[in-house]
Amino acid sequence: MNRVMRILRALWIRLLGFFGSARWDRELSAELESHLQLHTDDNLRAGMTPYQARRQALIKLGGIEQTKQAYRERGTLPFMEKLMQDLRFAIRLLRRDPSFSIVAVLVLTLGIAASTAIFGFVDAALIKPLPYVEPGRLAAVTEQIALLGRANLSYPDYLDWKRRNTVFRSLDVFTSNGYLLNTSGGNVMVPGARVSDGFFSTLGITPMLGRDFYTGEDVPGGPQNVIITYAAWQQRFGGRRDIVGHAVTLSGATFTVIGVLPRSFQFALRGRAEFWAPLQATGECALRRSCHNLNGIARLNDGVSLQQAYAQMQAIAAQLERQYPDSNRGQGASVIPLSEAVVGNIRPILLTLLAGSGLLLAIACINVASLLLVRSEGRRREFAVRGALGASHLRLIRQFVTEGALLVAASVALGLGSAYGTMQLLSHLVPANMLAAMPYLRGIGLNLHCLVFVLAVSILSLALFSLTPIVRMSTAELRGRLAQGSRGSSSITWRRLGSHLVVVELAIAVVLLVGAGLLGKSLYRLLRVELNFQPDHLATLDVALPQHSYTNDAQIVAISRQLLHRVSALPGVQSASITSILPVSSNGNTDWIRFVGRPYDGKHIEVPLRDVSPNYFTTLHTRLLRGRIFTEDDNGSKPLVVIINNALAKKYFPGEDPIGKQLGGITLDPKSIKQIVGIVDDLKEGSLESNIVPAVYYPFSQDTDSYYFLIMRTSQSEESVLPTLAAAIHQVDPGIGTTAETSMTARINDSQIAYLHRLSAWLAGGFGFLALVLSSVGLYGVIAYSVGQREREIGVRMALGAQRASVYRLILTEAGKLAVWGIAAGTLCSLAATNLLRTMLFGVQPWDIAILASVAFLLAVSALLASYVPAHRGASIQPIAALRSE
Amino acid sequence: MGDKTDVWQGTLALMVLRTLESMGSLHGYGIARRIEQTSGDILSLNYGTLYPALLKLEQEGAIASEWGTSENNRKAKFYKLTRTGRKQLQKEARDWEQTTAILARFLTPAEDQ
Repeated sequence: MNRVMRILRALWIRLLGFFGSARWDRELSAELESHLQLHTDDNLRAGMTPYQARRQALIKLGGIEQTKQAYRERGTLPFMEKLMQDLRFAIRLLRRDPSFSIVAVLVLTLGIAASTAIFGFVDAALIKPLPYVEPGRLAAVTEQIALLGRANLSYPDYLDWKRRNTVFRSLDVFTSNGYLLNTSGGNVMVPGARVSDGFFSTLGITPMLGRDFYTGEDVPGGPQNVIITYAAWQQRFGGRRDIVGHAVTLSGATFTVIGVLPRSFQFALRGRAEFWAPLQATGECALRRSCHNLNGIARLNDGVSLQQAYAQMQAIAAQLERQYPDSNRGQGASVIPLSEAVVGNIRPILLTLLAGSGLLLAIACINVASLLLVRSEGRRREFAVRGALGASHLRLIRQFVTEGALLVAASVALGLGSAYGTMQLLSHLVPANMLAAMPYLRGIGLNLHCLVFVLAVSILSLALFSLTPIVRMSTAELRGRLAQGSRGSSSITWRRLGSHLVVVELAIAVVLLVGAGLLGKSLYRLLRVELNFQPDHLATLDVALPQHSYTNDAQIVAISRQLLHRVSALPGVQSASITSILPVSSNGNTDWIRFVGRPYDGKHIEVPLRDVSPNYFTTLHTRLLRGRIFTEDDNGSKPLVVIINNALAKKYFPGEDPIGKQLGGITLDPKSIKQIVGIVDDLKEGSLESNIVPAVYYPFSQDTDSYYFLIMRTSQSEESVLPTLAAAIHQVDPGIGTTAETSMTARINDSQIAYLHRLSAWLAGGFGFLALVLSSVGLYGVIAYSVGQREREIGVRMALGAQRASVYRLILTEAGKLAVWGIAAGTLCSLAATNLLRTMLFGVQPWDIAILASVAFLLAVSALLASYVPAHRGASIQPIAALRSE
Repeated sequence: MGDKTDVWQGTLALMVLRTLESMGSLHGYGIARRIEQTSGDILSLNYGTLYPALLKLEQEGAIASEWGTSENNRKAKFYKLTRTGRKQLQKEARDWEQTTAILARFLTPAEDQ
């Protein structure tokens, strides 16, 4: 122990000595001088002559310089000293050739910044575990149906699932909810959720203030308590410490705040919810197995795998299907990791972008490596001389490594800075509604994972940069070089290595450009998909009627009519209509239908259902194909009517006229029978990428809702109308909640699918563009160097009568070969690579010929431009000058 | 630096420590002379090698130095033992005695046989 301490102490002092070496030198000189004087004094006393006395003292000391050298080696760290020499030399070299250094550092910075920034997102979304206790044991549990895949769970089913399963330690549910909150600006809708009592404890979350829900607090008739998020506490209640026990009025009912969730709490599946109330499932829906409005989360029992849990839930769902065929036919179970439910949709995009940025980094590294190669070529003599003067092979290699390290260090410093900036920029560009669904992106930055990533990248690139020149500088060559003088056979080996690197660069550029092209075309196709309505000049708004003021259908119909009337009178509004669900949102919110007078096999015909006002289709500019649209007359006192879309007519009434036919619920309850009065065009109800499915539309006055959307056709820009809507509605009744005044085009463009496609297309496009630039620069470098090396050869050729045109041909052929190889290899690689993109493409095949051809053409043109400059220089060589220069 | 020097430096360090223990504060030249005298002039020291050894001991904290004036009024750097140095000396002296005692048993001819 003691010994280790002593050695460490000595090391530390030596390290200090390394920095104050000048002072050390002076001190030692003084000490040695005093030593010599003392010794000389003694010798004088012994009777020597002054000259002898001094001389003997020096001999006995063994030489001042030798002593100093030994002393210095002990006094500082010789290794560090050599390192500093290498560093100083490297810095001097890099400064002597600033264009090389700047280009190399910039190129590398670009690669590091791009890949690190993307890695930051990958880390935040895919690597970092969800912020719950043992997140790996959490599962998302829902029903599974043919129309939508994973779909909501009904309350009676949930109770059965919870009771019968043995695979979950706990199974809890949540459902979205909006609350009307009275603020200074009138009633506003605030997002909330209702959850079963064990929801937070299943996640492993404890409130930072107050308490969690007690067991049984979620049954109907339980206390009206609510837990709020940290953000709601700060923004709605000013962060007051006595918030627990405080009463708050939500949608006209009084709730008591019993807890505040920790600041770090996030739940992506209901990202924006501020108020979390106990489920307390009441009403007609809670009793009905066919009313699906819940989402489940569960914690697996110890030792139970996800597959086992899935198998048991499937079995339970099958039991329920047999028990309740009417309501549970075709209602399977889905059990997936909670993380999959949260990030499953962006995983392929993030991984694709990571791969793209990795390829860009590869191009950047190869580019810098070939620049270093060019330089090492020019420094062959320098190294030969140093070798001949006795520098060890190791010392020469160390010089390369030091130079490489310096480049990498500078680029890492710049790269980390720009990566941080890029991350901040990108995460600020994420729209708020998107960020609510991706809370894990909040607080993205340079964390430990990113630093480890950068470290790994820098070690790899440093290895590449040190290895390439080392491979070039084999011992044999070092010896031969001095005698040989300068140029000759070796440049051929270099040219070969350099050319290979350029071919690789071009191939990678092709892959990136093809990927970017495909994603760009997907985005184009996605945004121009047939909607069967005119999305521009549509203003939209969410409306929530307070349930305690509007209790029956007649009241709801009356106030809604009043709202439409008021809003239609606003300047700039041509027509106003109501729908229960906006188009281009989701195929969810469905009904099970059955046709009167047809055999029924009990298999559910599940179709999206929308409650709309009479002028809905005319407002949207959706064509009526047959029959009629709804009228004000289709109200609760008249026979029920329905409008179907074209897809439904085609699928269920091929070769028949559906008008006048009847459909109803699965039991054909007389109260559910409706007559088909019209067929409309296939209005896009689901998200942009989804398929058109058969759908039904009911008159709002025959099937009311207290939460719906207003859609207004405007004569001027939507933006001029949007701000006036809420005030107009509050004039009718200040108790009505409004939110999300947005134009239809904005809703479509900001929808998750459009956003993700746009993000990936733009980023991939950026990577592709940079790859194009870098690979062209790389090609230029190789050709320019080759021309430089062959100056004399070209001179001789021209002296012997070669035409300028043939010199152009010579050089352009060389470049053309490289370009053709690169493009061909890249095309092959991209055929393989883009297959991985398949899931992210929309309306375009991975082997899109037009894109492949245009990428090949683009690269060929840029290769031609990149090689034209050196070719021109080659052709302008004056034979006499070239020959004389030797 | 080969192994030989290390061993030599190790013993030199012990000699320096022992010299400083008996003499108190002393300058480099004095230490060198004293070592030669103590060895009965058998050891002929290259004085220059003393200074790196002194530096090493100082870096390890076994000795401390200070500029002062010699008996005949010359400026000189004086070294003296620290507490750590005293402990180190005791331990190394013990080790050394042990080593030499063991070696002595091997090298002296066995008398009782």
